[in-house]
Amino acid sequence: MAMNTQGRPSRPVSNIEQGGYADTFSGSRGLDQAEPLIFERGRTDITGVDFPKAKGTKARLGGLERTDEIGLPGLTEPEAMRHYVRLSRKNYAIDLGLYPLGSCTMKHNPRLNEKMARLAGFGDIHPLQPQSTVQGAFELMGELAHWLMTLTNTPCVAMSPKAGAHGELCGMMAIRAALDARGQSGRRRVLVPESAHGTNPATAVQCGFYCDEIPAGPDGRVDMDAFKAKLGDDVAAIMLTNPNTCGLFERDIVEIARLIHEAGGYFYCDGANFNAIVGRVRPGDLGIDAMHINLHKTFSTPHGGGGPGAGPTVFSEALAPFAPVPYVVKDGEGWRMVEQEDEAEGEPFGRMVAFHGQMGMFTRALSYMMSHGADGLKQAAEDAVLNANYILARLKHIMTPAFDGTCMHEALFDDRFLKDTGVTTLDFAKAMIDEGYHPMTMYFPLVVHGAMLIEPTETESKSGLDRFCDTLESLAKAAKDGDTVRFTSAPVHAPTKRLDETRAARNPVLVWTPPAETLEAAE
Amino acid sequence: MSQTRYTKDHEWIRLEGDTAIVGITHFAAEQLGDVVFVELPEIGKTVTKGGEMAVVESVKAASEVYAPVNGEVVEVNSELESAPQTVNEAPDGAGWFVKLKLSDASQLDALMDEAAYKAHIG
Amino acid sequence: MRYLPLTPDDREAMLATIGVQSIDDLFLDVPEAARLDGPVNLPLRATELEVERAFARMAKKNISAGEAAFFVGAGAYKHHVPSSVDHLIQRSEFLTAYTPYQPEISQGTLQTLFEFQTQVARLTGMDVANASMYDGSTACAEAVLMAARVTRRSKAVLSGNLHPHYAAATHTACKYMDIATASQAPVPGALDDMIAAIDEETACVVVQNPDVFGRVHDLAPIAEAAHAKGALLIAVVTEIVSLGLMKSPGEMGADIVVGEGQSIGVGLQFGGPYVGLFACRNDRNFLRNMPGRLAGETVDAAGRRGFVLTLSTREQHIRRDKATSNICTNSGLMALAFTIHMTLLGEKGLRQLATLNHEAACTLADALANVPGVELVTPTFFNEFTVKLPKDAAGVTESLIAKGVLAGVPASRLYPGKGLDNLLIIAATETNTQADIDLFARALKEVL
Repeated sequence: MAMNTQGRPSRPVSNIEQGGYADTFSGSRGLDQAEPLIFERGRTDITGVDFPKAKGTKARLGGLERTDEIGLPGLTEPEAMRHYVRLSRKNYAIDLGLYPLGSCTMKHNPRLNEKMARLAGFGDIHPLQPQSTVQGAFELMGELAHWLMTLTNTPCVAMSPKAGAHGELCGMMAIRAALDARGQSGRRRVLVPESAHGTNPATAVQCGFYCDEIPAGPDGRVDMDAFKAKLGDDVAAIMLTNPNTCGLFERDIVEIARLIHEAGGYFYCDGANFNAIVGRVRPGDLGIDAMHINLHKTFSTPHGGGGPGAGPTVFSEALAPFAPVPYVVKDGEGWRMVEQEDEAEGEPFGRMVAFHGQMGMFTRALSYMMSHGADGLKQAAEDAVLNANYILARLKHIMTPAFDGTCMHEALFDDRFLKDTGVTTLDFAKAMIDEGYHPMTMYFPLVVHGAMLIEPTETESKSGLDRFCDTLESLAKAAKDGDTVRFTSAPVHAPTKRLDETRAARNPVLVWTPPAETLEAAE
Repeated sequence: MSQTRYTKDHEWIRLEGDTAIVGITHFAAEQLGDVVFVELPEIGKTVTKGGEMAVVESVKAASEVYAPVNGEVVEVNSELESAPQTVNEAPDGAGWFVKLKLSDASQLDALMDEAAYKAHIG
Repeated sequence: MRYLPLTPDDREAMLATIGVQSIDDLFLDVPEAARLDGPVNLPLRATELEVERAFARMAKKNISAGEAAFFVGAGAYKHHVPSSVDHLIQRSEFLTAYTPYQPEISQGTLQTLFEFQTQVARLTGMDVANASMYDGSTACAEAVLMAARVTRRSKAVLSGNLHPHYAAATHTACKYMDIATASQAPVPGALDDMIAAIDEETACVVVQNPDVFGRVHDLAPIAEAAHAKGALLIAVVTEIVSLGLMKSPGEMGADIVVGEGQSIGVGLQFGGPYVGLFACRNDRNFLRNMPGRLAGETVDAAGRRGFVLTLSTREQHIRRDKATSNICTNSGLMALAFTIHMTLLGEKGLRQLATLNHEAACTLADALANVPGVELVTPTFFNEFTVKLPKDAAGVTESLIAKGVLAGVPASRLYPGKGLDNLLIIAATETNTQADIDLFARALKEVL
């Protein structure tokens, strides 16, 4: 990586340390304003919140009062507004443009959903209020559960998992519990395709399983011969993403389900890409036993710079008895929440979280689903698939699709079209930043060399896609024409140039320390 | 100095007296990019040929280093903990990983010599 | 459909470019038996107004915290959040950004995460903190898994006064990892004897402070005992505001501190999304075994300071089956809310807020202790305490609803069948007025 030498400070200019540009006095450049850390601008004796005066009650803290200074600077409201608004402007966002991160599903986040989540009846209720005072919240959870079970054709859904990976854990723990209930302690091997998300193997291990990789066939799907060869009486489950991470529907999926069941194992489906088929295909009809649904992908709850997510997990009849607590049940005219394992009807594998799950995401997701309806959800899936195929069709003459044929909701390219150009997938992605686009997912899935995975979602208009394709076309042409520097030096129009990740990893600086302390430490 | 031997997984091994020094090749160090961390085994650990012996990490990858032969770890290059960049700077010298007491020196004969390794990496 | 920009003409033109006849041609890989011939059996699309009506109908069936004299806590607390916090987290650039994988166009998220990490480390008295976990309970579970990796031991001692949901989440996370988690029996008003349970195989001891009944504890003796046996002390803080007034767990010897950050910036939201805090000592072995994302400082190619996600080789997308955790998505937006609210408070504001909470709880405790038959169980506390009633607390709580009081959490809801039926866990915060407190005391007297 050439970055290491580029990443070192070359021009020791004073305001650079504050995150500013070297060529202006202030360190800002027009609308791109330099902004120090709050620890460099706030003061511990300043606050942006007014409180009534304390009464001076005698403390009952058992003599455990804090005596030291914490070191938390404060800002008044106008200062805090500027600080965070300035920082926000250094972020790319789906509201600014196409965000083609494959596998991440960056679609529009309707603001109606934000409004619904903030209704006092949902946003300002406590998880441990008496159940009689939160009947509407249980009803909403029950309603969302109904939509999720109907869309997947499954009889059970666990609502509490906090994100996709947590939903995977929920599904795999239910599988482990079911195996234990059958007394099958010898089944510990989990089959995971090499194209899988990293969360799949990491999750399997957290359930006491170990992973056995299944290679992909030349068409980007599970190699059926390899899969069959790996079946045996020590197999606990297969974890398969469908549509898979190459953006392809696993056309042998029904056969895979049959074979894994015949071999005594279970079928965990990673539902990260459910958005491609929602309303058109019900995973329950394919023979799955468990699948998590990323509400923040398929049902558009905002990603918020890395979370929160929500990962309700649906189960087949076979696994339903092992679903975790808590869950809501209809009780006469009202609803009741089952919170304790010994009150449950089945044999729940346990409790995964405090309280009942991501209510704030449930409201947003249900608002999204009701807005679309059965017809709109199907249309959204179709438009997502149409948009991805349009990109594939428009770019296949100049970029290199990883596999032949059409795709589902994401188009996968490899780096063959960059061969001998001196431009890597990373460089190509960084050049997209200069063109005003967020790059696609790079170097994933691992089965393709220099992978570029583009997921436009249904949010993009045709004209928007045309502009995007025109841009990628021109970049591909520039790379082939030898305009290498444009790529290797990119981005030049972003708030920062390429960052030195090696330095960050070799000498981790994870919290701010005052300059004086840094100096002392260095001595 | 005895001849350096190579594995197809890009480890090198060189006999020095009773012990053998093991590291990763120039080619491997280049492929990995900037090394940011090296996880070394405990002294006294018994390793078997082809088994995991250490882990070397760059920013975006973690790779296992395999034992080229059977043996016991008698010394590790603890300098690498504070200066992992040595693996990039001198993979076949100061960037060595471990010293092994061999249980069967004849296992070395099955490994590649320099010419064979060069042919292997093409 | 208001969210779908493609027109029927666009779709036709695009299908032609792709070279297929109809959209169905793009779904040919779906096995025939699994193809649906029509829409699923759910309602069709709805206007904004229709959705709003449906939601309002359900929301109305709930009693919101703002509509009652409100004293429910036990792991989630009602606090006032400044208006600017919600405005800022709804900025498109924060709300609709993904995980900051492209640092050049994600400095807003990365710098705020770095600020968050620093604030959390300072509050807890630890050296480093990560960029958030799902919530306090999952952070607690992850801390135990981390302690087992760090110490290479496989036993965890959980205090009986640790929030039972936290204990359950931890037990579940450990049950298939061959880590034995032993929960002690609860001791309301005091603390169970964890020290006797520590032995040479103990990876960690988990203690909540203030505990689930509200009592505050000096953790130093437990830390000492744990360290003497080579075990780690994991301190759990479910009410982070307490650290504005109280000694930090770090000062008392904790090795890992986990907490629920909900009180600062997040709101009640019926249990989620919340924000898990995770902080620990700056030990190389600790750092490499931490779960979750970490933002770190570096420089860009022009030498300017910038931030990146770092030490990623711990994480699932690189390390796969050898990752420290399977966590991917965290609680980024809630961490942002926490950071903004904490920045508005500053140290001065946080101390004031904590003082007001403590005073409200003291006033309420005195008012309730004056009600005949009511006994204060927790001699020390921050903003939450436990009282013993002369009858079943769940029934009392239920009868107080009609009087406009949401009174607290009956201990039996958290510890069913443990003989704690007459105990009520009660929280007071800066949001409670003197009128709320008077109403609660009066109403309690009436229903007893």
